[in-house]
Amino acid sequence: MKNMLVVIPGIVAMILSGGTLAGPREDLLAQYAAAARTTSFSAARGQTLHTQSFSGGKPDTPSCTTCHGKDTRGAGQTLAGKTIEPVAVSVTPTRYTDPAKVEKWFKRNCTEVLGRECTPHEKGDWLTFVIGQ
Amino acid sequence: MRNPYRPLAIGLVTLAFSALVLARAQAGDRHFFAPVADPVVKEECGSCHLAFPPSMLPARSWQRMMGELDKHFGDNASLDAATTEKITRYLVANAGDAGGQRYSSKFLKGVAAGAAPQRITELPKWVSEHRKVPDWEWRHKEVRTRANCVACHSAAEQGYYDE
Ligand code: HEC
Ligand code: HEC
Ligand code: HEC
Repeated sequence: MKNMLVVIPGIVAMILSGGTLAGPREDLLAQYAAAARTTSFSAARGQTLHTQSFSGGKPDTPSCTTCHGKDTRGAGQTLAGKTIEPVAVSVTPTRYTDPAKVEKWFKRNCTEVLGRECTPHEKGDWLTFVIGQ
Repeated sequence: MRNPYRPLAIGLVTLAFSALVLARAQAGDRHFFAPVADPVVKEECGSCHLAFPPSMLPARSWQRMMGELDKHFGDNASLDAATTEKITRYLVANAGDAGGQRYSSKFLKGVAAGAAPQRITELPKWVSEHRKVPDWEWRHKEVRTRANCVACHSAAEQGYYDE
């Protein structure tokens, strides 16, 4: 019974938001676009960011693919051996729906890999890339 | 003549044996360390590595670690103040010298009173339990680091460390 009470508003919310209202991922992209003063993000640039090797961060994590793996639809692994769910939204549909979580990990991971935080433009490109994967 | 009670006797012996094993598991079996049950702690302390059981370190270790999350073994694992406070409360309450005592039993033996070790893998007891693990095994590409408990203890997420 308790479950039903949770499920029903969930379904209602889904119907209301279906198609017309934007989801959390679209809201995030809109925020990054406003901050970057741009109207278009590029999945190709996002892919380059994802696969490129940087030298500004920590030597044992030169690239996003160090942990997230080369295949966006496959699982990744941290250096301490913890499995990471695939970054591709087509495989992990719950991804990037909690803005605080997204921001927390962009901050941590960009610092690890690039030695600095990512710009809103880079975040928008990367998100566009994985949403399309 | 066949003994009609034989199946029953076997059944009883099996039952007694299972009960024994079960009792051992419940009465602080040294292989069992209750895993993290709090979803926030599991999420925030279990994404980069196994969410280590709070009973594996004393309360003062957790207090110190939670006070310097921005310098966490070379990573910045910092969280907002409210989340940090909530996690600290959980870890301290279930630490090896607090609520988690029945799991840790001898695991904290040899830790100086007042010391706040930051690594489980440097506890005297952990080191002695692993002294027979050969060098090549630590260097295996699936292991990578001592902190990767799950590579060797496949049921570590469930709290079992008996291989
Ligand atoms: C040191 C390992 C590591 C590296 C390198 C790394 N990540 Fe991650 N990343 C993680 C972990 C661990 C998580 C959290 C677990 C999860 O979300 O499944 C995560 C999560 C994320 C998330 C949040 C996902 C969500 O569902 O909200 C984003 C965004 C992200 N990473 C982007 C990046 C980008 C961009 C790079 C390269 C600049 C990168 N990561 C490099 C380990 C890493
Ligand atoms: C951003 C990634 C990250 C997050 C989040 C994180 N840790 Fe860690 N932690 C590490 C790394 C890296 C190490 C060092 C692992 C190694 O030696 O290979 C480590 C090591 C540890 C160790 C010592 C392991 C040993 O060698 O015995 C403990 C205990 C620990 N972390 C607890 C925590 C707690 C508690 C939290 C939650 C507040 C947490 N960690 C969150 C990255 C992280
Ligand atoms: C390279 C493989 C390996 C790794 C990694 C590893 N262990 Fe072990 N561990 C062993 C072996 C082998 C034993 C001995 C098993 C035995 O005697 O039953 C053992 C024994 C133990 C024991 C004692 C179990 C008992 O009941 O006697 C504990 C507790 C333990 N490990 C915890 C950990 C923790 C916690 C980690 C991660 C921080 C870890 N181990 C990482 C291989 C490993």
